[in-house]
Amino acid sequence: MTVGQEHDQAVTRAVPPARAARADTGRVRHAMGAIGRATFLAAVAGFFALPLLWLATAPFDAHPTITASFPEFTLNNFRSLLDNPYVLTSLGNSVLQAAGSAVLVVVLAALAAYALSRVRIPGRDALLYVLLLLSSVVTGTAAMVPIFELATRLNLIDTHLGVVLTLSGGLLPAAIFILKDFMDGTPTSYEESARVFGASPLQILWHIVVPVIRPGLATIAVWAVASVWGSFLTPFILLRSPEKSPGAVILYTLYTEGGSPRLDLISTFSLLYSLPVVLMYIFVSRKYGFRFHGGIKR
Amino acid sequence: MISLHGLTKEFPGGVKAVDALDLEIADGEFFALLGPSGCGKTTLLRTIAGLETPTSGRITIGNNDVTGLPPGRRDVAMVFQDYALFPHMDVTANIAYPLRIKKVPRAEREAKAAQTASRLSLSELLARRPGQLSGGQQQRVALARAIACHPTVFLFDEPLSNLDARMRLEARTFLKRLQRELAVTTVFVTHDQSEALAMADRIAVMSAGRIMQVGTPSEVFQRPSSTFVASFIGSTPMNLLPGVVKDGTLRVAGAVLPLPEGVAGGEEVVYGLRPEYMDLSVTAREDAFAGHVSVVENLGTSFLVTLEVTCDSGEHLVQAVVPEDAEPAPGGAAWAVPRHPRALVYRDGELVTP
Amino acid sequence: MGFVFPALVLIGVFLIFPALWTIYLGLTDFRLTGLAAADPQIVGVDNYTAALGDERFHTSLWLTVQFVLGSAIIGQAGLGFSIAWALRNRTGPVKRVVEGLVLLAWILPSSVVAFLWIALLDRDQGTLNALLHMPGFAWLLDHPMLSIIVFNTWRGTAFSMMLYGAALENVPPSHLETARLAGASTFQQLRDVVFPRIRGHMLTNLLLISLWTFNDFTSFQITAGGPEGRSEILPVYIYNVALSGGRLGFGAAVSFLVLLINLVLALVYLRLLRGRRGAEA
Repeated sequence: MTVGQEHDQAVTRAVPPARAARADTGRVRHAMGAIGRATFLAAVAGFFALPLLWLATAPFDAHPTITASFPEFTLNNFRSLLDNPYVLTSLGNSVLQAAGSAVLVVVLAALAAYALSRVRIPGRDALLYVLLLLSSVVTGTAAMVPIFELATRLNLIDTHLGVVLTLSGGLLPAAIFILKDFMDGTPTSYEESARVFGASPLQILWHIVVPVIRPGLATIAVWAVASVWGSFLTPFILLRSPEKSPGAVILYTLYTEGGSPRLDLISTFSLLYSLPVVLMYIFVSRKYGFRFHGGIKR
Repeated sequence: MISLHGLTKEFPGGVKAVDALDLEIADGEFFALLGPSGCGKTTLLRTIAGLETPTSGRITIGNNDVTGLPPGRRDVAMVFQDYALFPHMDVTANIAYPLRIKKVPRAEREAKAAQTASRLSLSELLARRPGQLSGGQQQRVALARAIACHPTVFLFDEPLSNLDARMRLEARTFLKRLQRELAVTTVFVTHDQSEALAMADRIAVMSAGRIMQVGTPSEVFQRPSSTFVASFIGSTPMNLLPGVVKDGTLRVAGAVLPLPEGVAGGEEVVYGLRPEYMDLSVTAREDAFAGHVSVVENLGTSFLVTLEVTCDSGEHLVQAVVPEDAEPAPGGAAWAVPRHPRALVYRDGELVTP
Repeated sequence: MGFVFPALVLIGVFLIFPALWTIYLGLTDFRLTGLAAADPQIVGVDNYTAALGDERFHTSLWLTVQFVLGSAIIGQAGLGFSIAWALRNRTGPVKRVVEGLVLLAWILPSSVVAFLWIALLDRDQGTLNALLHMPGFAWLLDHPMLSIIVFNTWRGTAFSMMLYGAALENVPPSHLETARLAGASTFQQLRDVVFPRIRGHMLTNLLLISLWTFNDFTSFQITAGGPEGRSEILPVYIYNVALSGGRLGFGAAVSFLVLLINLVLALVYLRLLRGRRGAEA
């Protein structure tokens, strides 16, 4: 023991010059790395904050311009929202379509994910994967024409139902995928235990499975609401009358229709339309943590 | 009474987890299904519960043929290895769950849950969630939930395996006392032979979907019916040494032993003797295994001594258990002297000693 | 099994059927209005040969390739990984602010962010030109592709950042420490320890963001494909041709080609993914 200590001290006392120099460069490299990292993160923060500045300032500016600038504070701009005939109805439409799709997606995905998680079918995972890929392609744009045509033939053009069904169909594969992951993570002994006590499949689903995977259901619901809330293409294609269009479409028409854009209206509406998804995101990440589920780990 | 007749469970792919099995378990009996992992014991338990459907054969509980009944209508309660307590329900709700399924009014089932909980010293914990309980407490909640619905049969899947070593001993005693008090027919699965020996009234030792031996713990321990059971039962493995009958004596690993009953001349047999029935001598004897002490293991109140025995038939390891003040020094010569009345002889893996 | 049925019906009708129907519609001279709207005729593979020979389709395909390579693979995946790497084993306000801003860009509705970028890049009063002191520089007119590539990087980096963040947590610290003790530089640590470990995550991420970017319609709300089709990526092209221009049959044919390209893309990634599994086994 004492021998070892003496030896250690001897080493510290007589550090060879080369090693000292290397330690110095190591320290320099470390400092450079820390500075580089800080600079990079500052640049990233700036890049991502820059476009958002306008959204933070313009709604409260008495004379909003396109440039983001320190506002001459007012809340009068929000009054313009009430004057526009379409703004409030479009928010109502967004709520209707988002809620409808979320309910449909959560219920159907939960049922399907439960069954798929508990029943062994060969090729099940491959099938889910294909559906997932298909959904990320088809709901984008590739099926624009047939979906328009399908909605026309089913008399779903210019109806909320058409938008809800189309969006739900596209969201379902991913929802099933994510929920199945939650289900796979719950021990089958919960359900078997309930079965031995005589619970029916629906009782098991309602008493045991749904409460246990509630975080998953909440995640899916919020994700579905956020997707539908922000979706533009499907309602843009399927809806004709502005009275039925959701906020996303109305907002687009506000800044593309002729004449000089009403910046007070656009800025306040943008802010108002963004708030729900931001609040929901904060809610979910606070309550359940924003984790990655499904597919990703494979 | 539980009776199994020709019970077979074959999984897709042709694996027979349970293979044409017959078994009778008496009323009020505490019965262990013991075997190494993959021997089909858990599948058998789940088949009795109704969680698996048998490929063929019949199961009766009491006078009812339950083979085709769903689990909920067999009047059994099962405690799972991970206890399967519902994480979103508190202890009361967990214990009362079977009664909720039976549509017992809320007030009544909560009273019943509280009563069962107090019997298992859980009264302080009624409002807690499973996540806030220790392993031992979780196990008792699971037991309480099984007791609360007054089944005719309890099924326990590895009831002690999720507890740490010290808790396991306590829980063993507790479980045995509880079963005695309730006097409900209980079948439990374990891979730990000491658990089976300690708790069960009778044990079925299983291997590859078949029952190798059924008997009381003493029977199974003292007269294993096959070399498989012999090597599986006992904290220290039984000495199993090849022997041959010659000139009216049994020659085993250099030792010349008196001929046991049931064997004839010229036969090749396996000689079995537990290390506990082997004495150690420091002087040479002909009816003993002569060798060198290679390892001495401290078992607390005794020592397990391993001898390296070299003879015509090759090198063998012979083990003996000696009292705590009689341990030999490693490396020295020693003779392991068998106690003849305890010796067992196996031919083709089967017991021939009458 | 009855539990799966309702979901399958909805998926079948609104996902699988439209995908298949695209093939049939692509074989007709179906139009939004006029004679061919009432009674479309089968025209065989005419639409497909027309599309494959169409100059505008070629341009659009090439722009889409630039868009995917630039904004998804280099932009989102590259920047996302860099941020995740810079933020690894960091906590506190810096991490929360950076992650919050990146996430905000991802979760805001597309119509909102589209206008934010129109405002940012405005020729006369845009914040960017004000910052750079170059008034009158027409980003959207002179560099439409660059604009939407940077935009889509900004928009979608959050997903890659979070995915790589989660993946980096799966790299055991002991592995990195072993490499550091052996004197490996940051680059060597990444190459020898981190990348082999998160290869599966990287491929999955690349597959998803490539497909999403390939089919993304948000840039339509900024440039509508203009000026003169210089930012007309395939989704915008299909919209302009089929639903604006009314040539549904032709649009369906292009849709099917897009579907095929996506399928090939997916298969290539899956092949790479399987190769990884094979190597591990």
